[in-house]
Amino acid sequence: MITLKYFASLKSIAGKEEEQLDLGNETTVQKLSEILAKTTPQIGEMIQGKKILVSVNQDVATLDTVIHDGDEVAFLPPFSGGSQ
Amino acid sequence: MSSVMESKVRIQREDFSVTDEIEAMKKVSRNIGGIVVFLGTGREMSKGQNITKLSFEHYPKMAEKKLEELRLKAIDDYKIIDMSIIHRIGEIDIGENIVLIVAAGEHRKEAFSACEWAITELKRTTPIWKSETTSTGEVWVQDTP
Repeated sequence: MITLKYFASLKSIAGKEEEQLDLGNETTVQKLSEILAKTTPQIGEMIQGKKILVSVNQDVATLDTVIHDGDEVAFLPPFSGGSQ
Repeated sequence: MSSVMESKVRIQREDFSVTDEIEAMKKVSRNIGGIVVFLGTGREMSKGQNITKLSFEHYPKMAEKKLEELRLKAIDDYKIIDMSIIHRIGEIDIGENIVLIVAAGEHRKEAFSACEWAITELKRTTPIWKSETTSTGEVWVQDTP
């Protein structure tokens, strides 16, 4: 099982903050985005269009990054911390 | 304040004392000759609209890790003596403290440069998000001017 986490604006798009998926022992961010494109098309498109960042175990990932069973994957919209 | 400088990088709900953080930084080294402070506060107006509520959310662990990386890079690249970074999360009222960066150097020049770099980089690389509530509703802010 992998854990998916959605933050900020993505929570309302996904309709959840967190979910768990069983994708076998090994997959990639690319393959995960293709799976999500079917269940949550907007999120899948944002990943492939690089509109949002993806992290795997708190490190920024690319489409080629390998995801292992037990990993934590997070979807991160553009940041806006600090003060403008 | 007991929590002051327990860690040089903190993400917390509670407010912080700018004075206490500066005093704690002064104790780091007797060679500090200049301290530059950036304090970000809750602003009332955004794009011509009155903000009634500000709220910050972060990705725990990753946000702290990014802030620590940023702090170490600032110390290394700008040759400053030390830096502390505090960011608040949760609901914040207009005028309240949001973020504090304290950069201490032997001289002012490197402390100014490090402090400006750090707040710009924080906004670019740290998974912290701001939502603003106005009369038209709540929006997650995604631009980082």
